[in-house]
Amino acid sequence: MLKIISWIDERLPIVEAYNKHLGKYYAPKNFNFWYFFGFLAMVVLVNQLVTGIWLTMSYNPTAEGAFASVEYIMRDVQWGWLLRYLHSTGASAFFIVVYLHMFRGLMYGSYKKPRELIWLFGMLIYLVLMAEAFMGYLLPWGQMSYWGAQVIVNLFGAIPVIGEDLSLWIRGDYLISGITLNRFFALHVVALPIVLLGLVVLHVLALHEVGSNNPDGIDIKKNKDENGIPKDGIPFHPYYTVHDLMGVGVFLFIFCIVVFFFPEMGGLFLEAPNFDPANPLKTPDHIAPVWYFTPFYAMLRAVTVELFGLEAKFWGVVVMGAAIAILFVLPWLDRSPVRSMRYKGMVSKVALGIFVISFVILGYLGIVPATEGKTTLAQILTAFYFLYFILMPFYTRMEKTKPVPERVTG
Amino acid sequence: MMRKLILGVYLTFLPMFALAAATGGALDSMTADHTNKASLQRGAALFTNYCMGCHSMEYARYKRVSEDTGIPAELYEENLIFTGAKIGELMKIGMNKDQAASWFGNPPPDLTLEARLRGEDWIYSYLRAFYKDDSRPLGVNNVVFNNVGMPHALIELQGLCAVEPNIGHKSSIDPLSGNERNAGVCPEWAEEGSMTPAEFDHAMYDLTNFLSYMGDPVKVERERLGIFVLIFIAIFFVFAFLLNREFWKDVH
Repeated sequence: MLKIISWIDERLPIVEAYNKHLGKYYAPKNFNFWYFFGFLAMVVLVNQLVTGIWLTMSYNPTAEGAFASVEYIMRDVQWGWLLRYLHSTGASAFFIVVYLHMFRGLMYGSYKKPRELIWLFGMLIYLVLMAEAFMGYLLPWGQMSYWGAQVIVNLFGAIPVIGEDLSLWIRGDYLISGITLNRFFALHVVALPIVLLGLVVLHVLALHEVGSNNPDGIDIKKNKDENGIPKDGIPFHPYYTVHDLMGVGVFLFIFCIVVFFFPEMGGLFLEAPNFDPANPLKTPDHIAPVWYFTPFYAMLRAVTVELFGLEAKFWGVVVMGAAIAILFVLPWLDRSPVRSMRYKGMVSKVALGIFVISFVILGYLGIVPATEGKTTLAQILTAFYFLYFILMPFYTRMEKTKPVPERVTG
Repeated sequence: MMRKLILGVYLTFLPMFALAAATGGALDSMTADHTNKASLQRGAALFTNYCMGCHSMEYARYKRVSEDTGIPAELYEENLIFTGAKIGELMKIGMNKDQAASWFGNPPPDLTLEARLRGEDWIYSYLRAFYKDDSRPLGVNNVVFNNVGMPHALIELQGLCAVEPNIGHKSSIDPLSGNERNAGVCPEWAEEGSMTPAEFDHAMYDLTNFLSYMGDPVKVERERLGIFVLIFIAIFFVFAFLLNREFWKDVH
């Protein structure tokens, strides 16, 4: 065995790679609950890739056959129902763990120098993940697949001058059709997964270059012992591999409760209108995207004013785009001398709380039909969402922070 | 201090959740039971005899239904396949969709997934909600699905209600007279059917139960397996927990 390893190692640096990323990658020893979700995102990614490969074996990406082939998978393919529910539940689980992972970053300042690039790669992953989920949702070719895609692609039509041509180019047709389905399938199963995997590699490589942050937000590399090993660091393997294994157990328990007992999750993970085949002539009463897009959808609908002769829909698209774009510049908005929320001032804590609550309520508002009162509420919450970022350079600099300890506090 | 503040923020936002409003009319509720094979068999028989002239189940196969409901294959082939199809085939029908569209306005939808699309309560209510309405082309209307294009296919069983049936009303005992209020869905009949209202409700329960099963045929097996999967993961967690404790006991 050792001979084989050294034979390979002379030709490919596997020992060095193992040490750099696992055996001698020193992670802070004070990771808490919030540090499970990066690893769990990886677990869900693998689940999506594996179940996805098997689903493509029986799926038929044509307007005529897509819906029936999904039911064929559900009824006639051996274990097809399990593959499909693992994949559909996995899509929602992906966003749950990614949102919690991002919240961890916000809370402990994991985006701050020197980890800006990790945050940027992470944001790109989030962006590609949204595209991946959006295109995947068209594939079952149900009513909600169809009309959801119709609404979102039409948004591009709101862009002045090039809008109409752009949405035509995306669809490949004058309305969502089998042509759109075919290209979304290609992007969903080949192009975007490759990009996603590449970005995940970059995300992890960038992380391992500068080292992990921790709940105290202190730099563990400042305190090294005589061997050059951080005093507060422990090797990722075996300490965090066994630790994450435990987290995987808890996650899979909850995940499988959904897969085996509530695969539709009350219409949140699988929407009821999607059990009706796509019909271009029949618009559903109420079109709502899947829950993970609804905060942004609510912001889109919240914009009701025309400005500079451009329609409200266009400004809605701008606001929605800005809501995601502003996350990219977060590392440069936070001017606080400390990283972690533990040592930031009261204003930062309250701001983060309001931000999270606003995001959750916006998510709810994006699911339900709009009323006048709800639109007003969505407008207020959209303002809160943006104020969190816009005011950040000021309140993070002005507030009084607590002294950061030398060593991690556990 | 921090906790109080967070609580305060939550309470400020709380009224915003109350803006949610319920929509849609009230329905009678039913709880499907896919393990009740007698009910599923009666439902399969009703569906084949009364619905399948117009409604297909084109994503399901006869054989699967015969196996899952416990109807022996020979009996099923002899009595419940009218199209000459083989038992392994999909449950398609002979009606041409274009012709059907010209007869009813819309072709009758495939019903394999109807229970997942509309929900069991909707189907159970809808099936019992027809009433006489001479202003409609087919002479009937439906309180759950207004101006429906479908005739009352079960009229020989239920009869025809002369007025709008009570759907979504709970029956109760009037405290003064001791009479039951809202007993049964129909207070006045235009035509008598071969079943009593109670028998018809039972039959519609079976039919709805069957449609519910058809929407999600693997449910019973899925939930049975789910228990074992969860037990397996729980045991896995115990070992992962012990392994983790063993490794971490020397980290301080």
